[in-house]
Amino acid sequence: MTAVTLTVNGTERSLDVEPRTLLVHALRDDLGLTGTNVGCDSSSCGACTVLVDGQSAKSCTVFAVQADGADITTIEGVADADGTLHPMQQAFHEHHALQCGYCTPGMVMAAISLVEEYPGLDEGGVRHGLEGNLCRCTGYQNIVDAVLAAAGSGGD
Amino acid sequence: MIPAAFDYEVAESADHAIALLAEHGDDAKLLAGGHSLIPMMRYRLATPSVLVDVGRLDDLRYIRTGNGTVSIGALTRHSELEHSAELAGACPMLASVAALVGDPAVRHRGTLGGTLAHSDPASDLPAAVLALGGTIVAQGPGGSREIAATDFFTGYFESVLAADEMITEVRVPAGGGGWNYQKFNRRAQDWAIVGAAVAGGGSGVSLVNMGSTPIRASGVEAAVAGGASAAEAAAVAADGLEPPDDLNADAEYRSHLARVLTERALNAAGVA
Repeated sequence: MTAVTLTVNGTERSLDVEPRTLLVHALRDDLGLTGTNVGCDSSSCGACTVLVDGQSAKSCTVFAVQADGADITTIEGVADADGTLHPMQQAFHEHHALQCGYCTPGMVMAAISLVEEYPGLDEGGVRHGLEGNLCRCTGYQNIVDAVLAAAGSGGD
Repeated sequence: MIPAAFDYEVAESADHAIALLAEHGDDAKLLAGGHSLIPMMRYRLATPSVLVDVGRLDDLRYIRTGNGTVSIGALTRHSELEHSAELAGACPMLASVAALVGDPAVRHRGTLGGTLAHSDPASDLPAAVLALGGTIVAQGPGGSREIAATDFFTGYFESVLAADEMITEVRVPAGGGGWNYQKFNRRAQDWAIVGAAVAGGGSGVSLVNMGSTPIRASGVEAAVAGGASAAEAAAVAADGLEPPDDLNADAEYRSHLARVLTERALNAAGVA
């Protein structure tokens, strides 16, 4: 077992993991943060997306030991302490950017990173930028609208 | 899908990484961004007994330009290539191709040295480095050596890198004429079914997923150098190649794509 210290949603957490433990399993099974979903388990679907040092990462493709010392943000950490939703969550809510909701935590985390990384996104940029996040319900239209709205680039 | 168990070592320097590789032998693997290796480990296509994590070697994350050459540290991530103003000025082709790899989350983790060492014939950046006439610097127990990209790739996921060597730097020429990269795929974030890279106004041409390695299209280069039109030069792009048959495309279709994409890339790079 290897000792790992992660700052998860602003709180330092220490845990002992096998080196082969994937970050997503450390978050879900060791830390109880089950908002991050496991989807395809093969780096394709993006359901497990979290922020590692502020940038989106597929937590099924990162060993927890690689994240030792890193700042991790999961879907549980983006709203304010009083429950006020993050602007991206609020935009998903207002645009009904989900149906079953399984992809939503990863989609929100990927979108938060995307608008930070690419200022001034247009619709094509949002669609290209969310290529790594699959939604099997919505056909993406409302998701794209929500991300554009949160990015301040329009979209209804 | 959980990888097989392994021992984990954190490298403090390139020297330390190489010493760890020497200590643990053939069954040790370097871990950089992990976005090729970890999926293979989850499918148990790779079961290294030791992983040497070089992902924390921040002194190998850099982009420097001088004397007509761009030198890039092996641990530089795809997203850093994509967003580098220095690279956009000195070698825009590499920045542009980096932006087409996978998706943003993949680009945040994947490294230039890692994708070259992985030597996947379907990957974008190895073919770009090949078309650019790049050089790969590898460090081993006896010191460093420079390997021309044209000599680097030897087969599916195989290169001339020894088991105790590590890529430390990648060099490509700065500037250097018209360029273009054509990536053809059918699914979001997928690898290219076929890709064509043109650098130096047609003096460097390479193909993605047309064989067991990224392939330098020397017949196309010779035709361009001899004054052929883009259409004439592209007509020989698939000559002598044995592209793979798979669910995406058979060999004949890949050969057709190679010709079409090469012509498009040559045209976009300024070859009439």
